[in-house]
Amino acid sequence: MADPFRVLTSRTVVLPQADIDTDQIIPARFLTTTTREGLGHHAFHDWRAAGSTVLDADPAEHRILVAGRNFGCGSSREHAPWALYDFGFRAVIAPSIADIFRANALETGLLPVAVEEAVFDRLAASPGAEATLDLEACELRFDGETTRFSIDPFARRRLLDGADTLSWLLRRLPEIEAFERRRAA
Amino acid sequence: MRQSSPNGPSRNGPLPRTLFDKVWDAHLVEAEAPDRPAVLYIDLHLVHEVTSPQAFAAVNERQLKVRRPDRTVATLDHSTPTSAPDAFFSEAARTQVETLESNCADHGVTLHGWNSANRGVVHVMGPELGLTQPGMTVVCGDSHTATHGAFGALAFGIGTSEVGHVLATQCLLQRRPRTLRVTVDGRLPWGASAKDLALAIVAHLGVGGGAGSVIEYAGEAIEALDMEGRMTVCNMSIEAGARAGMIAPDAVTVDWLRGRPQAPQGAAFHRAAEAWLALKSDDGAVFDREMRLDASSVTPMATWGVTPDAAAPVAARVPLAASARDERALEYMGLESGAPMAGTPVDVVFIGSCTNGRLGDLRAAAQVLRGRKVKPGLRMLVVPGSEQVRRDAEAEGLDAIFLAAGAEWRLPGCSMCIAMNGDLVGPGQRAVSTSNRNFEGRQGPGARTMLASPATAAASAVEGALADPRPYLEAVHG
Repeated sequence: MADPFRVLTSRTVVLPQADIDTDQIIPARFLTTTTREGLGHHAFHDWRAAGSTVLDADPAEHRILVAGRNFGCGSSREHAPWALYDFGFRAVIAPSIADIFRANALETGLLPVAVEEAVFDRLAASPGAEATLDLEACELRFDGETTRFSIDPFARRRLLDGADTLSWLLRRLPEIEAFERRRAA
Repeated sequence: MRQSSPNGPSRNGPLPRTLFDKVWDAHLVEAEAPDRPAVLYIDLHLVHEVTSPQAFAAVNERQLKVRRPDRTVATLDHSTPTSAPDAFFSEAARTQVETLESNCADHGVTLHGWNSANRGVVHVMGPELGLTQPGMTVVCGDSHTATHGAFGALAFGIGTSEVGHVLATQCLLQRRPRTLRVTVDGRLPWGASAKDLALAIVAHLGVGGGAGSVIEYAGEAIEALDMEGRMTVCNMSIEAGARAGMIAPDAVTVDWLRGRPQAPQGAAFHRAAEAWLALKSDDGAVFDREMRLDASSVTPMATWGVTPDAAAPVAARVPLAASARDERALEYMGLESGAPMAGTPVDVVFIGSCTNGRLGDLRAAAQVLRGRKVKPGLRMLVVPGSEQVRRDAEAEGLDAIFLAAGAEWRLPGCSMCIAMNGDLVGPGQRAVSTSNRNFEGRQGPGARTMLASPATAAASAVEGALADPRPYLEAVHG
């Protein structure tokens, strides 16, 4: 599991396109791996190969990815958030984030934040600007303005603690066994 | 938003529930609360080589065992070669396959590997074996798991961490999704297939239109589909961003399942079938959203853009770009607004995938190709969805029709749909593909994909250009 996520202040990288699918984030031919590490250099591989320079910024100073609506649509590959995390990103802000990608991002420790279009427009207008994501307060602070964002309370707690889901589920084993007995009866 | 409905009766009797509600409620180990998601029990976990190695590693690191190997079934499909079993595209692909083989051996999980007569694309194999049954919860580390919803199962794709959760506990943490009923009135006209309907539905909903929702497909046109057609429609639910797609089981479902090796047998089958037939949305059940569509206006469809919702009738013209995004898509595809869709030059035709790699799909393609030739210079790949489909097709002589036409007849696998096994569309080449995704580079770097039905793909192979299949089908009837 990733490090705990509390407050992140960093610069943004802006990919304003809507519907960026997981095949763009990491093409399928890089999925023939048996580990989750080291996928960062495949992030947006084909975009970079085609000459896109938007991801050339120093990853250590650009940890917030701002993207258009329906970010992460398509395949269920968790390699997509793994690649973004390994690249250096710690959060994705978009008007909407595809369901499976959001779940995978939370498991990876990459904070997915959905914001209103107007907030996205302001962020997208200033690539490289500094923004703060405060998970304690559920606040996005950018350009002198503070916006509340909502996140599932369970997921928030997990990110704040840097705790993994599997440990929590394993503690439910007595309930799971009881369910199985009930159904078999 | 509607409350999760308790099982208990209200003052006016039990609350009417949707098909989804019934399957969801029956699998709640613990209902959700504001501070935690529901614990949802999973009946069937399907596993493949690409999204499972890190999940098994997580289980092994904790020195756990797969909790219910009897509810876990694995296959090899994504990174496997389709030319010969040992013709791996890379050492990494070989290692991935070997890793699944050893993980399954270590944990006592059934693997339909190279020597199995049942190996196949995971969403073709599961239903074929009768593993998928109405009312079940089914998951797989693959977004096209929605396919299994055709049987009235709640089936959805998960990421690798969640694959680990299910391996270790047989459960997932889930928030209750919303419900969306898509009612398709009327009948599909002659010459239009389930794939054309699926593309029409996705075009109508938009690529994110189903987000957060489980779709129930209903209506006369859905009821009239055979099981393969229903699987094609449910398969593409994710292309509208939906979590899952479901269709209430009926006599068609029961007939399809009868005699399948993993389905109940004899008297147990009759008891099960009775329960399956009762599994449907109650009259008066409320959906969060409703959408209606008329099947009678659906004709052969193909995509023109780089998202699956960018679909239009083959007989129509390429739509006018409505946005800068459309313009970029048309530029990538090398298409011009206002030009006829039909006649667009095509370099590659792919028939296969979990969307359209079943026997009926191959029959539809063969019907068009019988006695005809693939246009010289065009590459056509036909990849059966499973070993069973391959045997059945060969028994009918479909392979001979494809080979005589000049197409390649391959071993089962995902192949050119995900293009990670070396089966690629070249840069700048245009493909008509029966798969499910036309994203940029999906079928290879720089590849241009037009999604279509098997009949449309076959007709396009003959003409070397996107073609309406109806004249070919008429010739057969005539």
